[in-house]
Amino acid sequence: MIPFQYARANDVADAIKQIATDPSAKFIAGGTNLIDLIKYDVEGPARLIDISHLPLRSVEPTATGGILIGAMVPNTDLAYHPLIEERYPLLARAILSGASQQLRNMASTGGNLLQRTRCFYFYDTATPCNKRQPGSGCSAIDGVNRINAILGTSEACIATHPSDMCVALAALEATVHVTGPAGARTIAFADFH
Amino acid sequence: MARSGTAKRVTRTATVLEKIPIRLTVNGSQMELTVAPWTTLLDALRDHLDLTGTKKGCDHGQCGACTVLVDGRRINSCLTLAVMKEGAEITTIEGLMRDGELHPLQQAFIDHDAFQCGYCTSGQICSAAGLIAEGKAKTADEIRELMSGNICRCGAYPNIVAAILQAMERS
Repeated sequence: MIPFQYARANDVADAIKQIATDPSAKFIAGGTNLIDLIKYDVEGPARLIDISHLPLRSVEPTATGGILIGAMVPNTDLAYHPLIEERYPLLARAILSGASQQLRNMASTGGNLLQRTRCFYFYDTATPCNKRQPGSGCSAIDGVNRINAILGTSEACIATHPSDMCVALAALEATVHVTGPAGARTIAFADFH
Repeated sequence: MARSGTAKRVTRTATVLEKIPIRLTVNGSQMELTVAPWTTLLDALRDHLDLTGTKKGCDHGQCGACTVLVDGRRINSCLTLAVMKEGAEITTIEGLMRDGELHPLQQAFIDHDAFQCGYCTSGQICSAAGLIAEGKAKTADEIRELMSGNICRCGAYPNIVAAILQAMERS
């Protein structure tokens, strides 16, 4: 693997400060997608900021009848959580239909949302890919594209988002709560990607 | 002209090479080691601690040969950075025996001849130990589904499932 620096974020504010001051840094939580992409030379962060220890691991009912899921809740814990099993079996089943138990034990909820496409050409750094290198072209449109999208494509990209969990969250009209240097805001799930 | 990727990498190597001391509890023993940030838990176990029972198969989280237990949960050690597991309790295939006795899963794999070449076996057994601890699989079908992260290219699956069923009954 390429060399990179490593730092641990102490809290959410510290994580935001660290990422805002270093454009070459990336957050790491479960690592299941990012480490893989680094090994394939698709990602090359100079520094990883470890957010896996942040206290964002709760799954709680909200006053308005919803459920607030922490970004660091592992996929397995979410799928097997009594509240999710009882009230959102669609979400539980979608999570368990993807990856393997080992990966689901590692992968975080936030990371699941932010994982990258599995398009063969996104992974193959010897080929053009607009998603990996904007403006370089799309190899998938005239390539091996059986795993790519049929609906909702553009002339620039026909990649799909690989997450089963995200399909369920979109169907359930979830809201994504984000925090950045400018403060906190919410994004409708369908508008997030 | 050098490719931009290559040039970038040279700069990076020149400026960033500091290693990080970490502490892990591996198979019940406190271990102190100093690793580069990009060292995976798999490489730390095999190359730094000489625990070569854990295997490197695909190195991309797809085959399960590198499965170990971290704080009791099964994970792919090839996609885990060792520095991120500071303070964690790691169990590898070398740590499953108790009081000189094989772990029930190890014995069951022998009883059912649940391997051919044996390369995937450490991962299969550690994964099955995690599976039993989770308590979600009750039937052979559920075992097959929840063991889908462990590939056996020799095709010993029927015997692996039989071995896990035996160990589940006895645990």
